[in-house]
Amino acid sequence: MKKLHLMISAALVVAASTSVMAQSKFEKDHTASFKANGQAGMDRLERDDTQKFCSDPAALAGKGDPKKREAIEKANMATIKQPSDGKYLGDWKEGEKIAQSGRGATWTDKAGTPNGGGCYNCHQINKKEISHGNIGPSLWNYGKVRGNSEAVVQYTWGKIYNSKAYNACSNMPRMGHYKLLTEDQMRHVMALLLDPASPVNQ
Amino acid sequence: MKKAMNSALLVSLSMMAGLAMAQSATDDIAKYREMIADGNPAELYEAAGEDIWSKPMGPKNASLEKCDLGKGPGVVKGASAELPRYFKDTNKVQDLESRIITCMEKLQGYDAKEIINAGFEKGKRKDVEAVVAYVVTASKGMKINVPVKHPKEKEMYAMGEKAFFFQGGPMDFSCASCHAEDGKRIRLQDLPNITDQKGAALGFGYWPAYRVSSGNFWTMQRRLNDCYRQQRFPEPIYTSDVTIALSVYMGAKAKDGVINTPGLKR
Repeated sequence: MKKLHLMISAALVVAASTSVMAQSKFEKDHTASFKANGQAGMDRLERDDTQKFCSDPAALAGKGDPKKREAIEKANMATIKQPSDGKYLGDWKEGEKIAQSGRGATWTDKAGTPNGGGCYNCHQINKKEISHGNIGPSLWNYGKVRGNSEAVVQYTWGKIYNSKAYNACSNMPRMGHYKLLTEDQMRHVMALLLDPASPVNQ
Repeated sequence: MKKAMNSALLVSLSMMAGLAMAQSATDDIAKYREMIADGNPAELYEAAGEDIWSKPMGPKNASLEKCDLGKGPGVVKGASAELPRYFKDTNKVQDLESRIITCMEKLQGYDAKEIINAGFEKGKRKDVEAVVAYVVTASKGMKINVPVKHPKEKEMYAMGEKAFFFQGGPMDFSCASCHAEDGKRIRLQDLPNITDQKGAALGFGYWPAYRVSSGNFWTMQRRLNDCYRQQRFPEPIYTSDVTIALSVYMGAKAKDGVINTPGLKR
C-alpha cells in the first residue's frame, strides 16, 4: 500500500515537472514581463499551434516544415462555420463602417463593445478612401473581378472567418474564429466586397 | 527668447495636431519637421530633465550627477548611444529608463517599485521621462552602438529576437506582423522593417520622440508599451525583461545608424 502511494507521488512529480518543462525559459521570462490589463488577460500569451508555428521567422516567411503547414491549414479549415441561416451578404454600407474602424480588443477598449474589422489598416478597398495600408492585397473591384459564384462566396466567407485555413501564417487576423467580428458583421463586410451595388465593385 | 520660441512652437504644434488627423499625415509631418528644423517641443522636457539631473532631491537629498549611465559617473554625452548595456553593479542589462531608476533608488533613495508601478507621466515616473529627454539629446548625431558582447547582453538579444517574432493574442500579431517587410504601411503610416539595419535605425534612431498626435514626449518604454497595446497583448511591465530585450535587438540591428533623438513623430 505504501509502495503504491510512493509510485503515485513519483508519477505526480514526473507529470508536474513535464508540465513545467513545457514552458521554455524564454516563455517563462516573456510571460513574467507582462501583466493583465482590462480585457487583455495573460491568457493572450498562451499560443495555439498556429501561433507557435508562425512565431518561427522561417515559417512566417513561407518556409518551415511543409507537412506542419498543411496540418495547420487543415485544422484551421475545420473551424470555419458557414453562416447559420445560409445568408452570406448583408449591407455594404454597414460593411464600410466596419472596414473603417480599427477599434477593439486592446486593454484600453471596453470589453463587450463591438470591434471594428480594421480592414483599411492593411487593404485598399473603396478607392475613394486614400488612407489605406498595404500589408494585405488591394480589394478594389473584388466582386467585379471574381463574380459571386458559390465557390467565391464561400471562399471569401472562409477567408474572413479564418484566414489561416488558406495560408498558415497569413498576417490577417482570424475574424470569425476568434470572434473578433460577429456573424452579422462578417455578412456586412462580405457585402462590401461582393454586392454588385457596393462602391467597391463600380 | 527661448521661451518665446517655445511658445511659438507650441502654437504651431497644436495646429499641427489638427493637421495630423488629415489624410496626408505623413507628408504634413515631413513638412512640419522641416519647418521647425532644430526646434522640437521635446526641448521643454529636455530643459526640465537637466534641472532634475542636477538638483539634490529625494530621501537622500542627492542629485543624479554621479549617476553612471555606462560611461562613468556623471557622463551623459554619448551614453544613450550605447544603451541598453550590461551593468556590473546590478548584474543586469539595463536600458536608459531602468538605469535612471537604479540611480534614483541608489543615489537619491527613491522607491524603484513605486516608479515602476506608476503610469506614464505619473509621479516620479514623470521625472524619469524628463531625464530621458535630457540624456538622449546629448547623443544626437552620434552612431548607434548597442553592445552585444557580455553573455547577458547576448542572452537579451536572443530574447529580443524571439519576442519580436512571438505571435499571440486574438489577432495573431507579433512585432513582425508589421515590421518585418520593406515598404509596408498601416493606413498611411510607414512601417520600418526592423529586421533590417536601415529600418531598425529608422525606428530605434528616432525614439524617444515628441509625439505630435498626443502632444507629449514618449520614451522608448512608452513606445513599446503602445505597440503591445495595439498588438492586443497584455500590458508589458515597465522596464521588464521583454522591453529591454527588444531594445537590445533593435539597437543591435540598427548598429551604426544615426541617432536623431529626441525625434518628432506623428
